[in-house]
Amino acid sequence: MKNKYIDAIDASNMKPHVPDFEVGDTVSVGVKIVEGNKERIQPFIGVVIGRRGGGMTESFTVRRIVNNEGVERIFPVHSPRIASIEVQRHGKTRRAKLYYLRDRVGKSRKLRERRVFKKKGDAQISGTATASEAHKAEPEPAAV
Amino acid sequence: MKAAILGTKVGMTRIFSADGNAIPVTVIQAGPCSILQVKTMDTDGYEAVQLGFLDKKPARCTRPEIGHARKANQKPKRFVREIRLTEASGKQAGDVVTVGIFEELEVGHVDIVGTTIGKGFQGTMKRHNFAGQEASHGVERKHRSPGSISGHGNRGLGRCVKKGKKMSGHMGHERVTSRNQKLVAVDKDRNLLLVKGGVPGPNGGYLVIAQAKAKK
Repeated sequence: MKNKYIDAIDASNMKPHVPDFEVGDTVSVGVKIVEGNKERIQPFIGVVIGRRGGGMTESFTVRRIVNNEGVERIFPVHSPRIASIEVQRHGKTRRAKLYYLRDRVGKSRKLRERRVFKKKGDAQISGTATASEAHKAEPEPAAV
Repeated sequence: MKAAILGTKVGMTRIFSADGNAIPVTVIQAGPCSILQVKTMDTDGYEAVQLGFLDKKPARCTRPEIGHARKANQKPKRFVREIRLTEASGKQAGDVVTVGIFEELEVGHVDIVGTTIGKGFQGTMKRHNFAGQEASHGVERKHRSPGSISGHGNRGLGRCVKKGKKMSGHMGHERVTSRNQKLVAVDKDRNLLLVKGGVPGPNGGYLVIAQAKAKK
């Protein structure tokens, strides 16, 4: 809650539904890529090592290993370039930021699995379907 | 014809463009403003309109303020500024100016006048980006000092400090014009302007927003 005008602008630009995911979860982020005039969705799969900010400015960092090289990408949660966020595995953590994973090699990178108990009447945990559908229904983001 | 309006800075946020880039924007609540007076070549020697923004309680006004506003059938205003025009005829006292004018004239960039945040009395390092002195190598109690302000033979006048020498003093709380800021969006329902980047002054500070002189 900043100001009623700013909140109203943010509300019209934010995604109506952001899937539940936490630090430590392994997620598959569907990234929209434009090639010429074609658009396709490329998944970026890795561990969420941090979430920062709130509201419109919230972002999260995903770390994965490509060719034995650590790669991190920072995504704004409400970016229209993100088509979906799908949780593949829940990791158990005792930290809000998992920067220590950068120093880990091999098996010690793995996080212990966190068990998630579905509540009755809960939608699917991943929330992929709802997220991508909601995004399609959204009007062009430039319109405030 | 020129698009200009008065407003207050609300604060900053971000929006995403259609291609997914995040744009930092300042939200400005602008107008509706009313024209309090029209100045013409015949009566005043130049062409301009006087805009007023936000009503002021009559109990807090001087009687001349109330009388001046009454001539235009308006309540006295909190923030009153004049906008110079090349041609003020066609405008009438009592007319209302809204943010819609920026849309009608298809304004792409704006110049914004505001009063910067007051910083109080500041040293040369903060005020003029001086480098200060070294942290060690024998420097004692002079780490943030400006150093020498003049020598013995400057300008052939003997011992004197040049006029306009940058020194410590009051910083901020001055009128600043920020030119050619991109106008990202106009919200006619809520009387808002969204401008790319920051604008001078604190949240709640008064601003004059006019279409850019240099850039369309």
